[in-house]
Amino acid sequence: MSEAMAARRTVSVTVNGVAHERVIDARLTLVDFLRGELGMTGTHVGCEHGLCGACTVLLDGQAVRSCILLAVQADGAAITTVEGLATGGQLHPIQEAFMEAHGLQCGFCTPGFLMAVTELLEGTPDPTEDEIRDVLGGNLCRCTGYEAILASVKLAAAKLRALRGTVAGDG
Amino acid sequence: MKPPPFEYGVAESVGEAVALLQRYDGEARVLAGGQSLVPLLNMRLARPAALIDLNRVRELDFVRASGNTITIGAMTRQRSVERSPDVQRQNALLHAATQNIGHPQIRNRGTMGGSLAHAHPASEYQAAAVALDARFTLAGPSGTRSVDAAEFFVTYLTTAIEPDEVLTEIAWPALSPGAGWSLIEVARRHGDFALAGVAATLTPDARGRCAEARIALFGVGPTALRARGAERTLTGAALEGGVFDEAAVSAEREIDEPPSDVHASGEYRRHLVGVLTRRALREAAARAGVATSTGVA
Repeated sequence: MSEAMAARRTVSVTVNGVAHERVIDARLTLVDFLRGELGMTGTHVGCEHGLCGACTVLLDGQAVRSCILLAVQADGAAITTVEGLATGGQLHPIQEAFMEAHGLQCGFCTPGFLMAVTELLEGTPDPTEDEIRDVLGGNLCRCTGYEAILASVKLAAAKLRALRGTVAGDG
Repeated sequence: MKPPPFEYGVAESVGEAVALLQRYDGEARVLAGGQSLVPLLNMRLARPAALIDLNRVRELDFVRASGNTITIGAMTRQRSVERSPDVQRQNALLHAATQNIGHPQIRNRGTMGGSLAHAHPASEYQAAAVALDARFTLAGPSGTRSVDAAEFFVTYLTTAIEPDEVLTEIAWPALSPGAGWSLIEVARRHGDFALAGVAATLTPDARGRCAEARIALFGVGPTALRARGAERTLTGAALEGGVFDEAAVSAEREIDEPPSDVHASGEYRRHLVGVLTRRALREAAARAGVATSTGVA
């Protein structure tokens, strides 16, 4: 066993490239760890049982629900939250696309959508509409009716492909 | 904090997990992907004294194809199963079942063993296991034992796993050569628990008659169940419209009173069983290359 059974544990994680270590209750969920222990309130907590997707973060590059993952289980992992998307005040192309194509209204669900879409476009730069819908199905939005979100993802994919094309062209 | 307090530890091997389960004498639960257990903890419907985390047990994360069987480790993520070329080639029904579980974000974390051990009656994996007669390997203090799907699923959320045992792997028989398959469910939204569903395979003989039929109904009782009467109706019959109608009527009659809840009445679920069985059989026959020109959907 790596450590004995205990109700409190030490957790070391990297969040958006910054290392953090805390001693926490084993029952603390990852979303409550991010918000309560690290003060990173960009990740929203909605249904708290894995249904709405508002709390989606990347765990070692994979989109997961942080409300149904214990923080102790993330020990040693690299986590990316919505705070990790923008660089130096410059929005990430996916964030830009959501803004330009009106992919959000109240914004509560948006961090979860952004992270789920980040994983999708990382692995599938030119997704079909079905592939986009499959991923968006995992997140609830109660404002937009999803059409604008779908348009945002298509725009984001085009922006990222253009950027990658430029980088490849420069190389 | 949402979940009740518990002690937590990380097992590095199956042996360690079993030893810890013994130590807690029935009060501990193993934690796999957590996509069913952690919601239950958050709602305080589950209050284990301890959680034994299996996520670092590397020996339980594999997909191994050999001959006519694919054996999958209990801690294999559903996303890995979905992407496995062996699964796609040998067992299209299992691949389809995987794609019907929740959403990609759930399948990234959820495991095959965790889903099966949770034993929700609307589980696509449970339906596929019952339809295909999958075998389950359980490791306990005195070694391992193997149980078949009919024995493994006891009732709603209850399996044959003893409190000091761990589900280690599941052996999936390949679909018969030439078999067609179908997995159809009705849910309010894709990814929701099915109100009712059908998993079926049909194997035609050289003359287009049914050599073997396998039909599992799910979401309509305490466990997924085989529609044995409908299977008998099909076996030996020409695979065309009329016999699918007969089998559908039989399937509808074979289930006990399905549950009524806020999502659907028992009566509606029974109606769905008939409709979905007919559709599943027509789809399976079409995939098997048998023309199905007669009958209505």
